[in-house]
Amino acid sequence: MTSATTHSPATTGALAKTPAPRPKKVRGREERSTLASVALHGTLIVASLVAAFPVAWIVFISLGPKTAWQSPGEVLGNLSLDNYVKVLTETDFPHWFGASVIVAGGTTVLGVFLAATAGYAVSRMRFPGHRQLMWSFLVTQMFPMAVLIVPLYELLARFDLIDNYLGLILTYATTAVPFCAWMMKGYFDTIPHEIDEAGRVDGLTPFGTFWRLIVPLAKPGLAVTAFYSFLTAWGEVAYASQFMGADHYTLAVGIRTFATESRADWAMMTAASVIILVPATLVFLLVQRNLVSGLTAGGTKS
Amino acid sequence: MITALRHSWQKYWYAWAMVAPVVIVLAVLVLYPLGYGFYLSLTNANEANVARDIGAFHAPATYKMVGLDNYWSILSGADGDFYPRLTWTIVWTVSCVALHIAIGMGLALLLNRKMRAKLLYRALLILPWAVPAFVGVFAWRLMLNSQYGVFNEMITAVGLPAQNWLATPFAQKVAVIMVNVWIGVPFNMVALLGGLQSIPKELYEASEMDGASPWQRFVNVTLPGLRPVTHTVVLLGCIWTFNMFAVIYLLLGQNTTGEADILVTFAFRKAFTGVSDYSGAATYGIVILALLLAFSTFYRRRQLKTEQA
Repeated sequence: MTSATTHSPATTGALAKTPAPRPKKVRGREERSTLASVALHGTLIVASLVAAFPVAWIVFISLGPKTAWQSPGEVLGNLSLDNYVKVLTETDFPHWFGASVIVAGGTTVLGVFLAATAGYAVSRMRFPGHRQLMWSFLVTQMFPMAVLIVPLYELLARFDLIDNYLGLILTYATTAVPFCAWMMKGYFDTIPHEIDEAGRVDGLTPFGTFWRLIVPLAKPGLAVTAFYSFLTAWGEVAYASQFMGADHYTLAVGIRTFATESRADWAMMTAASVIILVPATLVFLLVQRNLVSGLTAGGTKS
Repeated sequence: MITALRHSWQKYWYAWAMVAPVVIVLAVLVLYPLGYGFYLSLTNANEANVARDIGAFHAPATYKMVGLDNYWSILSGADGDFYPRLTWTIVWTVSCVALHIAIGMGLALLLNRKMRAKLLYRALLILPWAVPAFVGVFAWRLMLNSQYGVFNEMITAVGLPAQNWLATPFAQKVAVIMVNVWIGVPFNMVALLGGLQSIPKELYEASEMDGASPWQRFVNVTLPGLRPVTHTVVLLGCIWTFNMFAVIYLLLGQNTTGEADILVTFAFRKAFTGVSDYSGAATYGIVILALLLAFSTFYRRRQLKTEQA
């Protein structure tokens, strides 16, 4: 045990090269004893299990019989896709799924467009009002949905946008865009200004520079923005449950019809949840490489 | 005056053109409802006296202005709900944000090292973020079920007493914090991980040359280098957690005594259960907004001060 902690393979690093080794040895950044490695991987494995377990659990329960949630032990002996077949054929689930795709897709497109244009303007141009704009993006995050929901309902009703996909898309865009614009501004800040100048020298308008030069370079940032907008719309419950009628239920609202006040049909709920998870996970896998760089640019530079 | 206007228009029109879509959308869909909400908070509007249609018969609104009465009844403690809800909201926000940052930071530090299977760990750890909140909350509700839930089985297996997680007020509070931490850690972890990667390597090399211990390196290099990220993450985290609706509302559903309600969920219940109290809910909303505005102004000012120091 003790020999394991002192004999680290990486001691040939910077410290070993110093002519006279210090009496008290200080461990460098990239050196790690076997024990520390075990601790590191152990911690990460436990954390990963905690992170993944709830998801794994609903996948597990969804594969069992109707009563699986009461007796999880029976699942392994009775694996079947019955719950999925039932959800897809005997309920309105496909209908809700379509509604959610329209709403989340619309929110993503609108959100990315609004966030990118605003983020670019704030990042590149010093115009009167740009400080206030950034501040108001932050303030928008503070508006409690409970105070907005009643007036918003009346406003949308006036434009005939209640029980309408466009109404919900616009509402979600207001939730997602402020944070996204903040992120995009940070990301644009990391793109050198020389590129804009080169574009201008070549005779591009500010819009042309933005569209032809900057947008292609900002893909990681745009990917994170898209991910964030998509998830905002895909998982929102409160607005959707108040604004949409039974014909236009989104998944988040529709799935609640499986659970009545007294009891929940967990077999259906878990199977439906797993199907809902799939698109979110796909979008996530597509952007996860960009997540760290795209998000942080916004964090460090704001 | 007019020439000055024309001048600034010529100079900035494309900047304004690019922010116009956002400004218009936000002004219409946020500012207007906010103003209307503020107006409602000065009235006694509820389900019984707002304009409504009963069949073909249209009943006009009969509510009237009551001035600041709603605010007074809340802030003087006369309604009996505000201060208990506020206390719990603060406890909830502080514990959630502290745990988010602490766990997120720990995991980010671990992930920032060279090791095998790093990408796998990272993907698994970010997973709760990719899960739509309502699905995550359903999964936890299933696991926390007092009679059949797997969570009680797991904690009794390690010798802890089983709890009626979704029923007794104290257990409810622990449960909502736990679920919110599970949902919120990935975002903080990713943001802090990016912050760690943006700290110049030379700083670490220099401190290593000076013989700094790992702890000293963490306190003197890592923490100051992360400050811009932690400032943003803490501010956003406080705002988001203060207004977190989905976790509490969906986890506890209707079978709650109201003890675990934070201000936002309480205001929502006011507006949409029983006799809808629109003016009361609007007043709560405005008070929440005022609290958050005061907090973030104070926070930004302190942040500027530390940056100058």
